[in-house]
Amino acid sequence: MDLAFSPAEEAFRAEARAWLQANVPNPPLPSGDTKDGFALHLEWERQLFDARYAVVSWPEEFGGRNASLWEWLIFEEEYWLAGAPQRVTQNGIFLLAPTIFEFGTAEQQQRILAKMASGEEPWCQGWSEPNAGSDLAGISSTATRDDTNGGWRLNGQKTWTTRGAFCTHLFGLFRTDPEAERHNGMTYLLVDLRQSGITVRGVERLDGDEGFAEVFFDDAFVPDVNVLGEVNKGWGVAMATTGSERGLTLRSPGRFLATATKLIELAKSLPDTATPELKDRVTQAWIDAHAYRWQTFATVTKLVEGGHTGPESSMVKVFWSELDVRLHEIALELLGPHAELIDGEFAHWMKGYQFALSGPIYAGTNEIQRNVIAERVLGLPRK
Amino acid sequence: MRFAFTEDQIALHDAVRDLLNDHSNAAQLREAWGNETGRTASAWGALHAMGAIDAMRAEADGGLGFNEVDAILIAEASGRVALAEPIIETMMVAAPLNLVTIGLSAAVVTHESPFAPWADTAEVIIELAADGIRSRHRQDTTLTPRSSVDGARRLFAVSPNTEVAPASTEVALAFRRGALGTAAQLCGLSETMITVTVAYAKERKQFGVPIGSFQAVKHHLANARTKLEFARPLVYRAAASLRDRDAEAGVHVSMAKAAASDAAMVAAKASLQCHGAIGYTTEADLHLYMKRAWALGGSWGDAAWHRRQITNHLERAPIGER
Repeated sequence: MDLAFSPAEEAFRAEARAWLQANVPNPPLPSGDTKDGFALHLEWERQLFDARYAVVSWPEEFGGRNASLWEWLIFEEEYWLAGAPQRVTQNGIFLLAPTIFEFGTAEQQQRILAKMASGEEPWCQGWSEPNAGSDLAGISSTATRDDTNGGWRLNGQKTWTTRGAFCTHLFGLFRTDPEAERHNGMTYLLVDLRQSGITVRGVERLDGDEGFAEVFFDDAFVPDVNVLGEVNKGWGVAMATTGSERGLTLRSPGRFLATATKLIELAKSLPDTATPELKDRVTQAWIDAHAYRWQTFATVTKLVEGGHTGPESSMVKVFWSELDVRLHEIALELLGPHAELIDGEFAHWMKGYQFALSGPIYAGTNEIQRNVIAERVLGLPRK
Repeated sequence: MRFAFTEDQIALHDAVRDLLNDHSNAAQLREAWGNETGRTASAWGALHAMGAIDAMRAEADGGLGFNEVDAILIAEASGRVALAEPIIETMMVAAPLNLVTIGLSAAVVTHESPFAPWADTAEVIIELAADGIRSRHRQDTTLTPRSSVDGARRLFAVSPNTEVAPASTEVALAFRRGALGTAAQLCGLSETMITVTVAYAKERKQFGVPIGSFQAVKHHLANARTKLEFARPLVYRAAASLRDRDAEAGVHVSMAKAAASDAAMVAAKASLQCHGAIGYTTEADLHLYMKRAWALGGSWGDAAWHRRQITNHLERAPIGER
């Protein structure tokens, strides 16, 4: 057991910290989940990309640094500690990219990855449909063969698509075999949203931003070169990288350490409302943020030594999402009558609270995750 | 950075686990509840024979020269079976300081743990006092029995009959080792409570199906398992911090003990609820582990005490600890 980072890793930390200190926008950018804010965030993503900080763990040919998982975690800690902007490219670089690295053709990798990382082509995720949320296998949007044009015709609807109103591309699952049921007969498709046959309608989220969208497909076209993996095998493609061996989908501890640090500063700045009981909860949340960090380090050690992540990732999702809610709940209690303000110096806590509340819902609700933990980690019966 | 145990450390853990399964199973633990000493018939001797009790003693002193990381999995394995022996007091507190004869046991009292378990069978009673460590032979003390909720844990209030000079000033290190070993035991106990409850929930049928198929039952156990998943890394990290004599090791141990105590409380409560009425009897083994968890949760500083130490640290310290 060796808890020290190497001199090279510490040097990388120092370099990243210096660059972030010099470049992180101040004052902070407006929310990236609005049209104008999104555009400003894409400029920031371009700046990150040009400095090769957008996707540090990717190969150099796609704009990365070939950084190890440890270096990626170090970068993330520094990134969030520096108060740097949210990553509006995250659904592409963290969710789609690992799948493209694993299943994509060389041509797809060349054509898609660098533009995704630079923000030139931002991607949104098209999983959920009006009647398929937690039950993802219940999707009904179809892709029908179009041999004349060498591709597929899409019909149906996706919904709750994060930043769908601002993105140029969507990845998602579509039914390509009308006879097949449930997990069979789906194909993972990469869709250019800039075409007739697609209508995107922004939906206002809980926090007031237009960060959601409904996406309607009316004979929209996807060429064969934009099928990811095999036709009718999309479920396996989508699931294979949910616990990506490259760790690119890990939720980095840096985010929660940064929030816990801000929470401690908040409590210190409000000595009149920081009762012993509230201070105890601040400390508890700080312990939890560190627990998350060290649990991640154990996982990363396993991954770099050739191991894999399994259903344990469901415990990780439950833990960080509920920790994020707690961190913000405590802050709101500390703020008392100031908690409701969505202007002024404390506004980010109410904003952050509303965003944190989405955590236990998205990426598989925590109820589903607890079922997975019970059945696949503990071995309790499905029925 | 490598946050994992070595193959040797894991192999040793497995050997200890197997040994304890032979010498400290639930039936043997029940015997300890009923006998005069509260200790098992053969576990101490077997652990001594394999070198575990004295593992943290220097090799020159007859030990294996183990550090805290080497020893922590032994402590966890002892917790998993609710071992009715003063292993933390002896292996982690007394032996590394050479305060007890090889093969014999020690009892420890601290301000946070004023009742010494198994003191009547100990060679020495060690007091971790503010101004130093005092070690007395049992004959030089008066022991007043107290009753623990855990029937195997024979507790004693200790009155010193003699004044002795502090044996050492390394009080903090000794206390942290004790708290850390107890935290590891609590992780082991949590694991066992979850394991026996999962087994029961798969077997017990109501409404024609195993109760473990109900989401309400599943979610209790998923919560307990998740608490454990995020307590263990803090325990292992604190072990490495103690080994490395990290300046913040005390904070790291407090994080570990607070998290492990809380995880064990959650596991105990979930396990009892999922067992239902059978768990409310002493016929089910659950109570053996649950009562140890309750006892150890409050020993060596309970979760709230350790969080207060951390709160005090955070109020003093500049933020940015990584």
